[in-house]
Parts: sequence; C-alpha cells; structure tokens
Amino acid sequence: MKIAVLSGKGGTGKTLVSVNLAAAAKESIYIDCDVEEPNGHLFFKPEDIQSEDISIKIPSVDGKLCNGCRTCVEFCKFNALAYIKNQLIIFDEVCHSCGGCVLFCPEKALMEKEKIIGEIQRGTSENTTVITGILNTGEASGIPIIKKLLSHTSADKELTFIDCPPGSACIVMESIKGADYCILVAEPTLFAVHNLNMVYELVKLFDKPHGVILNKCLGEESPAEKFCIENSTKIIGRIPFDNELGKLNSNALISVRESQKYRGIFSSLLKTVTKEVQHETITDP
Amino acid sequence: MKIAIPVDNKSMEKNVCQSFGRTPYFLIYDTESEESVYLDNSAAASQGGAGIKAAQTIVDNKVSALLTPRCGENAAEVIKAANIKIYKTIEASVKDHINAFIDGKLSLLDEIHPGFHNHGGK
Repeated sequence: MKIAVLSGKGGTGKTLVSVNLAAAAKESIYIDCDVEEPNGHLFFKPEDIQSEDISIKIPSVDGKLCNGCRTCVEFCKFNALAYIKNQLIIFDEVCHSCGGCVLFCPEKALMEKEKIIGEIQRGTSENTTVITGILNTGEASGIPIIKKLLSHTSADKELTFIDCPPGSACIVMESIKGADYCILVAEPTLFAVHNLNMVYELVKLFDKPHGVILNKCLGEESPAEKFCIENSTKIIGRIPFDNELGKLNSNALISVRESQKYRGIFSSLLKTVTKEVQHETITDP
Repeated sequence: MKIAIPVDNKSMEKNVCQSFGRTPYFLIYDTESEESVYLDNSAAASQGGAGIKAAQTIVDNKVSALLTPRCGENAAEVIKAANIKIYKTIEASVKDHINAFIDGKLSLLDEIHPGFHNHGGK
C-alpha cells in the first residue's frame, strides 16, 4: 500500500503528516522524495545508514571517430549538443539522458559515461525504514533519484509513505505515479485554496483516489473546507493549530513518539487512511 | 564581414529583439556587400536549449560578430568557441546598431547571464 503525501506549496505539513503516519504504524517505510531538500531524516534520525550513489548517463565523444555529420546535434530535441570548429560540444546539464545520440551516431563516436547526481540513504528508525533521496546542489533534475527511490517499493503488503516535493510539477508527478492513494495537505486559509487546487487538479488528472488533511486548523469554518465541500473532496483529517505540536516539531521530534495525545490523533488518522485505501481498491479495482 | 542580430521584425527600422535564443528572426548583415538576409530562428520553439541551437545557426552562417542585448551562458560558450565576438546592443533601431558597429562605437557584452530556461525575463 503506497500513500503519497503532497501539497501545492511548501510548509503546509507534508513531512509532519508522512513522518507521523509512518511512525504511528506498526511497521512502515518512509520515502523522502523531496530530493532538493529532504528533511524527514531530521525527525527519524535513522541508524545503520547505507548509501548508494545515483548517476545518470551522459554522452561523451571520441573526437578521433567523430566526422562531424551532426546526426546527434539534429536528433537532440533538448539541444544538448553543438558542433563548432570541428568539435562536438556537449552540455551535460541540458541532456535528458535519453541515449538517442549514442544510438544514432553512424560512426559510433559517442558513448555513455556515468555522472553522479546524488545519493539514496537507507536506514532504520524504530519501526520505520527510512529511505532518503538527496540531489546534489546544482543538478538540474531529481527525477532519476525519485525513479530509483520508488523502484524499491514493489511489495504491496508494506505500508509505504511517500513524502513528495512541494508543488505540482514533473517531480511530483513522478512521485505519485505509482501511489495507491494521495493525501493532499493544506492549510485552511484562502491563500492555501489556490495551492490545494493545483494538487487537486493533478490527482484528478492522474485518476488517483485522494483525501485532504487540513493542518493548522483553528476549529472554525475555513476557505479550504469550503473548497473541499464544493469539489466533493473528502477531508480525512484535521490537525489543530497547537503550540505543543509546534514545539515538538521545531525540536525535530516525532510527536507520535513523544505525546500520547498525538499518538492518538495520528493513529486514528492512519486507520482512516488505511480504510479509505482499501475502500478505493475494492470499488475501483 | 558578416554580423548577426536577433530581430522581432524583418525591418532595419525596428528595434533589436530582447531575446537571443528565442528571437523569431536573425538578420545576417554583410558589411562589405551591404546585403541583408533574414533567417527564421528554428530554435525559437525549442523545448530547451534554444540558446545553444540559435548559437549553432549563428556559427554555421559564418558571422564574425553578434549584436545582442544579452546572451545566456550556454549560447555564449558556443559562440566563444567559434571565436565570434559578442557586442551589446542598446535601445535603438537595427540600422543604428549596424552603423554604430561599423564606426566601432559598440562595446563588448561582458555580462553573460545564467539563462532564463523557460522562466521568462522580459
């Protein structure tokens, strides 16, 4: 069972929700797909960490074999290659690693070389396996890391929480692609409605069963609630705007592990989510 | 000597285009024969790397100088590899720029920006 947690902007509580749901489960996997700034590990403080480098394939040219036919230059839709003064110039950061230039080179002058763009760290924290994707600063795309992160999650029995990057761009699409259910986290404010709508449209487009968790709730009617009612989207949980929770979170503590009250709140939220996912898989096979 | 200028319109009276990589046309002007040719910029609709592709076109047309208000770093790398000089344009017509270039009044573009990469910038 793979549950993706996403939101239209940063700071709504994706990590709070996914970390605490994972910690509330008897056994779970937490995957941090926010590879540009992963922070779930700050809460879990995983042990026995194993790292694995993640690389992409970039073309490199053998100048002696290249005859300047420019097949590769014309093929590349991203214009990652230029042929200037009898020399092929390759722009690594523009390349999307499709491998087409290597395939089409009639002189076999191009080959692929590995370029490390980041790493994946696996560790454990009590009942949770913590898997973190880290993109090196300055790299253009974290998608290869997310692909690798999610390739580990084949077994359906395991309860897996995917902490997505903020927004609704390609990198988020890649993160929710294989998910069985999507949790949209939003603040109750008018401002948040715009961001909630972005991810709402995304999960609709991907035809993913989904529900909303409202964070920082003040216990009154809110624009985000109204949005959910108008779009017949289920609100599966509400997290209060609470000093105690704020403090625990600011100290990088997992509230489920520290407070009886929050163990209760997130355990019942976990039950609701699990029930929703099972319901969705039965009604929509 | 041939020079290249990104232009919005096929006219010498209008201003220079604000974008190098995604300009609709390039004017290739020959200072000796005073001939001008307008090229469609096939890079304008590229998904990415427009600057690189546009620069390749400039190089293939064997120009010696490029007159542009600005230039991204990838495009500049291609253009510099071909030993083409980049001159900075100001608010004035294409014709005025050509005259200023011939009179040696244009200065070299020393500020290469990191590229907009589909994030606009007007």
